[in-house]
Amino acid sequence: MTKPILSIRDLTVEIPTRHGILRPVDGVSYDITAGEILGVVGESGAGKSMAGNAVIGLLSPPAHISKGEIHVNGRRVDQLQGDAMRKLRGKEIGMVFQDPLTSLNPLLRIGDQLTETMLAHLDISRAEADKRAVAALEEVGIPGAAERVGSYPHEFSGGMRQRVVIALALCAEPSLIIADEPTTALDVSVQAQIIALLKRLCRDRGTAVMLITHDMGVIAEAADRVAVMYAGKLAELGPVRDVLTAPLHPYTDGLMGSTPLASRGKARLHQIPGAMPRLDALPPGCAFSPRCPKVQAVCRQDPGPHIEDGAGRAACFFPLSREEVA
Amino acid sequence: MALVSVRHLTRIFDVSKPWLNRVIERKPKALLTAVSDVSFEIEEKTVYALVGESGSGKSTIGKMLVGLLSPSTGAVEIRGVDLTRETDAQKVDDVRADIQMIFQDPFASLNPRWRVRDIIVEPVAARGGETTGMAEKLLEQVGLSARDAGKFPHEFSGGQRQRICIARALASEPKLIVCDEPTSALDVSVQAQVLNLMSDLKDEFGLTYLFISHDLTVVQHMADRIGVLYLGRLVEEADPDALFDDPKHPYTQMLLAAAPQLGAFGRDVPPPTGEIPDPINPPPGCAYNPRCPLATDLCRTTRPELRAVRGARVACHFAE
Repeated sequence: MTKPILSIRDLTVEIPTRHGILRPVDGVSYDITAGEILGVVGESGAGKSMAGNAVIGLLSPPAHISKGEIHVNGRRVDQLQGDAMRKLRGKEIGMVFQDPLTSLNPLLRIGDQLTETMLAHLDISRAEADKRAVAALEEVGIPGAAERVGSYPHEFSGGMRQRVVIALALCAEPSLIIADEPTTALDVSVQAQIIALLKRLCRDRGTAVMLITHDMGVIAEAADRVAVMYAGKLAELGPVRDVLTAPLHPYTDGLMGSTPLASRGKARLHQIPGAMPRLDALPPGCAFSPRCPKVQAVCRQDPGPHIEDGAGRAACFFPLSREEVA
Repeated sequence: MALVSVRHLTRIFDVSKPWLNRVIERKPKALLTAVSDVSFEIEEKTVYALVGESGSGKSTIGKMLVGLLSPSTGAVEIRGVDLTRETDAQKVDDVRADIQMIFQDPFASLNPRWRVRDIIVEPVAARGGETTGMAEKLLEQVGLSARDAGKFPHEFSGGQRQRICIARALASEPKLIVCDEPTSALDVSVQAQVLNLMSDLKDEFGLTYLFISHDLTVVQHMADRIGVLYLGRLVEEADPDALFDDPKHPYTQMLLAAAPQLGAFGRDVPPPTGEIPDPINPPPGCAYNPRCPLATDLCRTTRPELRAVRGARVACHFAE
């Protein structure tokens, strides 16, 4: 097996509050290899963005990494501070956020934003950076790139802005991209364009991608493997086809059942009773136990073992068998 | 007779700069046509869905239906009463009481300083109706507890708040509820709960929904009839099965192909090209012609009328 670009081991993020310690990310482990797209799904508050922010060192205090290790290209990065962290961001890890307007500086021409990033991280001349800025915009499909480098962010539409953000994330040639809900603010047709663009660029360059989203359809089309998060923990991880069509964890199964599908027609949607527990009121044992159809006494005491099944794994005492679902 | 009849509805917004800027910069007035000549009917006890991307005018139509905006030209008739032109105040008031609305953002559409009880009974209290015990009964009907009536909105999650919005909409016993993206702000598992609740309530109270959404899978699940909007124009109208199995307008075909599909692992389709044009300067002829693979000179000069094609209504010169 090839060496992973990103390797997260037992990552735990804690937020101390007056009412005790909250753990938005709790003992999460996964790898992403070169050229692979790992989808991270979960409902709001599941900790999927928090895990991404921990990797790139953007946790806002008092949130901090309390346990575990993060390795990027074999180097441990979770303890980096200040300058060392800034070098890592942009150079080795690129980031694409949900809202393309707030991730660009409205007062700088986009060409300047691109060259600034490249000059900070790459050992190239100003003229070379200018040339590469145009090339980067061409690569993400912005028409008339040579003229548009002089435009300000507000002169672009939402989809074009997200392309600029992707160009910005890729311009220093990072080996890992963290894309946090990159298409949530966009329309369906533009979303399809952006997803296709991300897939093409990563395949061509062998960039590893962490694609954080709540949209199962996007995951199905873009991701190679998928990690399902629930209440800060990794519920299930596996190849996308296995997880979506034959899930091991009852939560994944419930999530798939509640997604409206063409093939189901107008039949009632499957409902998971209740809602995800708040972090300050997590039940003992498995966090999903109060809503789980297969719950037993042991689930309420113990968070459950990590079982392995082929290429996939899940945290559950009573996983659905592949045959049972299929 | 149809419960709602929308005829040649048009809404134009004036988005010009202030007059002094216009005089100095010698700029003409800028007029944005949000809705352009849209006609459709909603039968009683059915769900009519409007789908479209941002800027397609779907929310503007919803607002004109409930009377939050007035049409520039055209008319909305509900039970045969044209709300903007009817002079009999009693008649207008009667019809108004039959319409309610559920908004997209359950955090912005509940007054944070009011107790849930007061929020829910407001549509009835405002007309001087009897409200004793009403909030408690409605809360139980939408799957919350009667004890929640004394709480404030911030004590509830997004899905629970949307249930409160639904309870408020039901309070005045409406016939028509306009739902503007009611589940877009919710997680998938909560969305399933709210959609199921809405289906149950529809059967129980004999409601009619105008369901506005950008999510094709949700629309397919809920709707009896679907209207597809592009740049303020109705481009296709059909039953869900016909629309999804056999889309006739090139825009609908593009939209269906672009929507992410659960079964399409690693699908590599050429993504759609182009973007929605500027609604202040829409292209002449068919609004979709700059992106359309079938476009000819006819499309660039003449706007296609909606015409019947095999049970659907399509605004395309070449649909057959």
